[in-house]
Amino acid sequence: MAKQKYEKQGSHIKVSLGSRIFDAFNIVFLTFLALACFYPFWDCLVVSFSSLKGYLSTNIHLWPSEWSFEGYTYMLTNIDLWTSYANSIFITVAGTAINMLITTMAAYVLSKKNLKGQRFFMFMAVFTMMFSGGIIPTYIVIKDLHLINSVWSMILPTAINTYNLVILRNFFMDLPQELEEAALLDGCTEVGVLFKIMLPISKPALTTVTLFYAVDHWNEFFSAIMYINDKKAWPLQLFLRSMLFENDAAYSGGGESLFLLGQPMKMAAVMMAIIPIMCAYPFFQKYFTAGMTAGAVKG
Amino acid sequence: MKGLSAKKKEPKKGGQSRNLGVYIWKHKYLYLMLVPAVVYYIIFCYVPMYGVSIAFKDFNPMLGIMKSPWIGFEVFEKLFSMDKFYSVFWNTIRISIIRLIFGFPFPIIIALLLNELHHDKFKRVLQTAVYIPNFISWVVVGGILTSILSMDSGIVNGIITSLGFKPIGFLTDEKFFVPTMVVSMIWKTFGWNTIIYLAAITGIDSQLYEAATVDGANRWQKLLHITLPCIRSIIIVVLITRIGSLMQAGFEQIFVLYHPGVYGTADIIDTYVYRMGLQEGKFELATAVGLFKSVINFCLLVAANKIARMAGEEGIY
Repeated sequence: MAKQKYEKQGSHIKVSLGSRIFDAFNIVFLTFLALACFYPFWDCLVVSFSSLKGYLSTNIHLWPSEWSFEGYTYMLTNIDLWTSYANSIFITVAGTAINMLITTMAAYVLSKKNLKGQRFFMFMAVFTMMFSGGIIPTYIVIKDLHLINSVWSMILPTAINTYNLVILRNFFMDLPQELEEAALLDGCTEVGVLFKIMLPISKPALTTVTLFYAVDHWNEFFSAIMYINDKKAWPLQLFLRSMLFENDAAYSGGGESLFLLGQPMKMAAVMMAIIPIMCAYPFFQKYFTAGMTAGAVKG
Repeated sequence: MKGLSAKKKEPKKGGQSRNLGVYIWKHKYLYLMLVPAVVYYIIFCYVPMYGVSIAFKDFNPMLGIMKSPWIGFEVFEKLFSMDKFYSVFWNTIRISIIRLIFGFPFPIIIALLLNELHHDKFKRVLQTAVYIPNFISWVVVGGILTSILSMDSGIVNGIITSLGFKPIGFLTDEKFFVPTMVVSMIWKTFGWNTIIYLAAITGIDSQLYEAATVDGANRWQKLLHITLPCIRSIIIVVLITRIGSLMQAGFEQIFVLYHPGVYGTADIIDTYVYRMGLQEGKFELATAVGLFKSVINFCLLVAANKIARMAGEEGIY
């Protein structure tokens, strides 16, 4: 920000022609890049509101050439969508709550550099980022815990994301110690210190980490593909995958090619999955930079 | 935390274990708050790490990991004699390296360009736009890709045909599948690192720039001699992390979009492990492949970190 101010002052003095040309190109290029990031979503939105004929009539979908709500009608009356939606909402809410509880407590304890064993436990956490048992041994553990086909298989194995743990821990380490010490002298327990004093002043970091966890759960695909076969436990992403990529006769609605028949319907399904994220995004956005840099800089 | 620092001065000899007990009791709440995390790491990370031992066993699901008999390196011998293993290994490396070459510098360049913008609000809008794809799942991205890359009704082939070329099967043609994976991976993830770099740039002391201006430095010189050196360490941290994940060629992305027609170039270690282990039930072989991957991953990370330290950087651990 400070640099911004300075640049503006600088521009009063002298702006060379080369510098101006660069600015123009820069603006054009970055605008193009932003459009490249944004257009696919727009395309998807437009197709989801198009009739199949309208969809096929043109390559560039800037506006529906023929409006249709068939895609959404089909999706909204699809019972599998609602089952998977309910599963995903449960995973996201319960999973994020568990994530935040465990991660915050651990991050707070690990931020106490003088605590005996802190280094050992920190190593225990960070080592898992460097080495893992891999897909199959983890699968066997999940199976032995009887979590296959249970929604908990999408919650418990990802109860802590070590990257997020490190972000929070670094954030706690930067907070002033005096508040804590005063509270401890007043007879507050460490649990009380964490929940009554530390958490209220850690809002940016907590919000960022909550968002990361929630988005991960909403987009949960890896655990689902590994541990879930039963349609009843499908999260949204598995439902979407079957809609988008599998030639499931149940969805093809007759002998015609599913791919062509269903594109507006498929994009309606995609919209159903991204609308909640798009709605939540603006609320969280302002906290990102503060929250992310805390962990990133110190790794 | 008076108790914590005072404890360090205690004499070490005599009644040490009792002292430790007293110490833990004094800080029981702290240790209790750590218990769920420790349990999590043991069950879901360290037990599977022990589970890699089935790569050296004749695994029998009825007997479990512990009781299955040891057979030494037989599984690995079998593995190293399989052509398919080398194929998925090189596919993984190839995809990762192409991604590193193009995907690593890209966010740095974009962050530097964004930083040169004078208009704050415009800058924020652009940041938001480049960051959005990060929050979308690969299934959704896959769905969108099939739409915009479609042969007969996607915008990309629309542009290509209007320029007089033949439409390209980005997702069906073996030649184009991997480049499509690389570009879409960069598209989805570059915003994340861009924001990290941008935050680091924002943190640079503005006096440095003022002094440079007084000395008559132009924008290019400031970028080269102030901005880049100031974000050097964060660039190195990101580079180490990326080198440490070279063996992760993007399971979710490829799993969603690949098909037998592109196995030759796009079948990677993880997708192979999934098919072999969970679909064909060859647990030992799949575990051996996974272990091979984890070990290489680990070595890469340690090596990258060591090189960074030798170059005078902090490294990541």
